[in-house]
Amino acid sequence: MAILGLAVKSFRNRKFTTGLTVLSIALSVMLLLGIEKIRHGAETSFTSTVSGTDLIIGARGSPMQLLLYSVFHVGNPTNNISRESYEAIIDHPQVKWVIPLSFGDSHEGYRVVGTTTQFYEHFRFAKNQHLQLEKGEWISDTYDATVGAEVAAALGYSPGDKIIIAHGGGDESFIVHTDKPFRVAGILKRTGTPVDRAVYVGLKSIDEIHQGFEGDAHDHDPLDVHDDHGKNATQGGFSAILVGLQSRAAAVSMQRSLNEYDHEPLTAVMPGVVLLELWQMMSMAERILKIVALLVVAVGLFSMLIILMTSLNERRREMAILRSVGARPAHVFVLIMGEAVFLTLMAIGLGVALVYGLMILLQPWLESMYGLYLVIAWPNNTELMLLAVIALCGFVVGLIPGIRIYRYSLADGMTIRM
Amino acid sequence: MLEQTPVIEIADLSFTWKRQARPVLNIASLQINHGERVFLRGPSGSGKSTLLNLLAGVALPQAGVLKVLGQELSALGSAQRDHFRAHHIGFIFQMFNLIPYLSVVENVTLPCRFSDKRKHKVLAQADSLEQEAIRLLGHLDMAHSDVLHKPVNELSVGQQQRVAAARALIGSPELVIADEPTSSLDADRSSAFIDLLFRECDNANSTMVFVSHDNSLEAPFDRTIEFQQINHTGSVGQPKLHAVT
Repeated sequence: MAILGLAVKSFRNRKFTTGLTVLSIALSVMLLLGIEKIRHGAETSFTSTVSGTDLIIGARGSPMQLLLYSVFHVGNPTNNISRESYEAIIDHPQVKWVIPLSFGDSHEGYRVVGTTTQFYEHFRFAKNQHLQLEKGEWISDTYDATVGAEVAAALGYSPGDKIIIAHGGGDESFIVHTDKPFRVAGILKRTGTPVDRAVYVGLKSIDEIHQGFEGDAHDHDPLDVHDDHGKNATQGGFSAILVGLQSRAAAVSMQRSLNEYDHEPLTAVMPGVVLLELWQMMSMAERILKIVALLVVAVGLFSMLIILMTSLNERRREMAILRSVGARPAHVFVLIMGEAVFLTLMAIGLGVALVYGLMILLQPWLESMYGLYLVIAWPNNTELMLLAVIALCGFVVGLIPGIRIYRYSLADGMTIRM
Repeated sequence: MLEQTPVIEIADLSFTWKRQARPVLNIASLQINHGERVFLRGPSGSGKSTLLNLLAGVALPQAGVLKVLGQELSALGSAQRDHFRAHHIGFIFQMFNLIPYLSVVENVTLPCRFSDKRKHKVLAQADSLEQEAIRLLGHLDMAHSDVLHKPVNELSVGQQQRVAAARALIGSPELVIADEPTSSLDADRSSAFIDLLFRECDNANSTMVFVSHDNSLEAPFDRTIEFQQINHTGSVGQPKLHAVT
């Protein structure tokens, strides 16, 4: 007890330098924990880019590619799904809803997605969130378009603006449908998903603007597809179809039967599974971040070691006095070691407090700007393990000056000559 | 009667530092009795500090008898020797005697943190450790409230030495050892400080060993021991201390 009181008083006496050490370790703890939190949040956000969709169907190809072009708007399908297959899917008793998607056009480098009102009704992202309008209204006319939040922000659109769609992807398109301008009906609220980076139009309008390129289109109303369960959506093929099932349990058998579909080679994937696979492919960057953060922690602990070691010579006198009044070498060891333990624990406490403080402060902004939803919860097992490892390292760092002062105090006894 | 009780008894003591061929200490016989005020004189590097470390139980002799208050120190384990020191011996050193982050009163009561015996002795006479510390400081003319609450490193050297004396004397240890405590004081302050020590040792009924090479301080002591006359190593110069286990 005597030695504990001394340790605290000694610590208070050097509160400025020790405070700085605590701060530097706390900042590195904050960085490490922050990266872990953001990584976890990013993984959750990423893997919930699409939620509530049980299957994504496309022409035969790799599941990863299907996910990339249907959800992330990266690349294009090699083939379309025929109308017959589409109708067969709709008619399947397990199918609750379908969202047909048609790619192939772009606007100022952003992908234009032809779809039906089913999209606005059934598409979910993150924690089962619906699409919502920031401004304007839902589309009501063939040449209406709904614009993603990022597109609207980048191009400065507001409802009522006219936009021109180009055939083909990318910025440099050869065929521009200047004769068929679209009206921006509504702007979607930011989702933090690829939805923000796309323009959504009716399937029928896609057909119409392509008249002359891909043959005749018949007159029908694609905006009113809900009543007929998605039939008559388009005359041409579909790039991909998002499917919601009556029961999630049916997804596996449904996926198998679609993959073995006789009439047309199709690929069906469960988005959650492929999203996770894709995320794991990107785990290298995440690992590098973690290594950097660990190095920062190591530097913090090293600075503590330096501070403890440089104070040792000054403290030898103090230790000699303590020895003369009856302190044991073990007391002296505990005094130094205790300080390292105390510093480390304080730094961890402060670091954790900083992380949670920042999370509370930045959570709404991160969510709206980057779609990154940080869950404010108790540290999970990985985080607790990281903290335990830091604590352990702090104790090990304390051992070095502790052992040294122990040896000094044995050698010096009470008669130190500096 | 009481005066004849030996406090320190040394016979055929020999001490050699590790990795040294020749002994630093070789003392055939030394006895210091209860209540004596002994002036131990010797040039620096003659092995006085080593002897103090042996008396404190920080190091052990390789041969011979070393008894403090009738207790053979070699018979005690290292923890017991540390306790023994805390219970029975008060030390005053040359300089830098005080723990910088403790207050004056905390510095004085420090030995009581390591020795229940001294704590109980204090509490048998006073209501609290602080009260006894202030009483002792009062005897040393150091009990002013402005001094009591000053950070110790703002005290003058003379004041620091008086605080160190109060710390050595708290709980009335049987043996007070002063290792050149006046070397940083001028002549007037030195003799005043020695008067204080004498008075307090009388009050506490303590035996005092005063180590110095300053002949001018010798007069008031009961007897003088020439260190070189009792230590027959013939060697001068002491190696830097190494770890003792």
